[in-house]
Amino acid sequence: MSQHLVEKLKTKFGDRILETHSFRGDESVVVAPSDWHVVATFLRDDASCDMSMFTDITVVDYPNRDARFELVLNLYSLHKAHRLRLKTRLYDEVEFGDADPAHPTRVKTVTDLWAAANWFEREVFDMFGLRFDGHPDLRRILLYPEFEGHPLRKDYAADRTQPLVPYRPEAQDKLAPFRADEGMPFGRKDWAARDVAWSTDDIAHNEQHLAGAVVVDPAVKPS
Amino acid sequence: MEPQDYDIDEADLELPTEAMRINMGPSHPATHGTVRMVIDVDGESIKHVDVQIGYLHRGFEKMCERGTWTQCFPYTDRLNYVSPMICNIGFAITVEKLAGIEVPERCQWYRTLLCELARISDHLTCNGAMAMELGAFTPFLWMIKARDHVWDLLEEETGARLTHSFARIGGMAKPPSPDVKARTEEVMLALDDILDECGKMLFKNRIFLDRLQGVGKITQAEALQLGWTGPPLRSTGIAYDVRRAHPYLKYAELDFDIPVGTDGDNYDRFMVRHEEMVQSIRIVRQCLQRMPDEGPINADAPGIVLPEKESVYTTIEGTIQHFKVIMEGAKIPAGEVYGYVEGGNGELGFFVVSDGSGTPYRVRVRPPCVFTLQGFPRMIRGHMIADIVPTFGSVNMIGGECDR
Repeated sequence: MSQHLVEKLKTKFGDRILETHSFRGDESVVVAPSDWHVVATFLRDDASCDMSMFTDITVVDYPNRDARFELVLNLYSLHKAHRLRLKTRLYDEVEFGDADPAHPTRVKTVTDLWAAANWFEREVFDMFGLRFDGHPDLRRILLYPEFEGHPLRKDYAADRTQPLVPYRPEAQDKLAPFRADEGMPFGRKDWAARDVAWSTDDIAHNEQHLAGAVVVDPAVKPS
Repeated sequence: MEPQDYDIDEADLELPTEAMRINMGPSHPATHGTVRMVIDVDGESIKHVDVQIGYLHRGFEKMCERGTWTQCFPYTDRLNYVSPMICNIGFAITVEKLAGIEVPERCQWYRTLLCELARISDHLTCNGAMAMELGAFTPFLWMIKARDHVWDLLEEETGARLTHSFARIGGMAKPPSPDVKARTEEVMLALDDILDECGKMLFKNRIFLDRLQGVGKITQAEALQLGWTGPPLRSTGIAYDVRRAHPYLKYAELDFDIPVGTDGDNYDRFMVRHEEMVQSIRIVRQCLQRMPDEGPINADAPGIVLPEKESVYTTIEGTIQHFKVIMEGAKIPAGEVYGYVEGGNGELGFFVVSDGSGTPYRVRVRPPCVFTLQGFPRMIRGHMIADIVPTFGSVNMIGGECDR
């Protein structure tokens, strides 16, 4: 559908376009984090690309990879009616720190290109803990400031609760069956098998939680 | 005695104002939806608004990573809970795009019909509430009555008024009921009358016009910068509608207009929604004419679509297939796609990633009303506190979709 855009980017940027994918009519392009803003600017300003509409920005977490976060930017051109997905891969800041040039953990914000990116980059920060250089107002958006950790990371247990006000003792019997061996699995099956470390933490957490303790997971650094 | 009604303009009097920060919400009776606004005012004119969302955050995206693909449908119902059918069908279309399935002709017509009914119910809610917020209570009751007609119809089809969970990957839960066409036509006739009456009540009403016209204006360039879609974008004059720009289902074969506004103010947003309902009724009527009465409703995709009940109960192959689809989930091939439909508020997109197991690896929803709400501070700057309520109404923020 928008193969010509991929060709155009390849002629313009050459080797700096690391990978391209085409699947079911969706084109995607992978660039290095340092090229993120440059390529985005080109896509918006070039007359034949004309990506005037910011559609979405999100992250897919692959904890088995070294660069675990895949940042995904969906763009649309209102006048040319084509779409493109721009991606880059980032390392975890908790693991690698933010000053290691071999393991980039941040990209430059695109809020200067599309004002719409503001809240959505905040959401990426809120849910995954990725930071954006130059973002005007990077605070949590959907969760409260006291929240610890970033819940859409795969290693954040789905049933973990962080109530600001502790549950009343009489309410605890009414909570859902949140023990790890009850109800629906709270993680993917292969996850639970592979990553024993967090699933045992998870069970310990659940037991504490059911006992009414306020739990702070030591594995997750506060942001 | 001094006269009390002296003219302020002539009097040598200037009321001193001082900057103040006031808090509105999160549970404010005039903002239907739990949202908090921190407003900086000077006198009564608004300098800046910080909109804080997230009070209804449930972790939709996290929950979807737990079960099978089919188990996501009840969660999508709760995204936009005044037009859940569009969310249902939008998610189904996205997963079908990923799996490379095409649903049969009859199902496509049926889905188009249901989507348009959902759109009517969405716009009726938004416009009705907006009129009510300006003090026009009668149109609100009439529109909610009309919405109930639509919901009765949807209940007859799906078994639930609001959270239908009716779409499936590769089809629908049930074929259309035998008398769907006659019943829908009855409801459309009632809707024609109600929309007409509401128009007569409102469109020449001085209070209604004064409160809406010129309030909450936004320019085309700003709307585009903010990524707006749907009725708010069209109210500025940009005719972008997914149904026309990238037709899905049967929209390419249907005859309908895309209403646009000129000013991008509250009045234009109201009128665009009103006219869209009229267009949706046109679409519904065409669907009724052209939807075949016979034919399969589910795609022929073993391993993804459940087998016929008859074969489940009579053959071992059918039983095993049913068991595997339910317990292991549909094995959607590995890959990632972005699927999008025209929701009640704009482009409702799903970005889904599959790793080939029966469980979604990642489900991301592009919530259209968040984009509109993000532009709220720009729309309201310089207006009065009383203008917040109708302007916020015209954004049509739906808590379930906004906070996910």
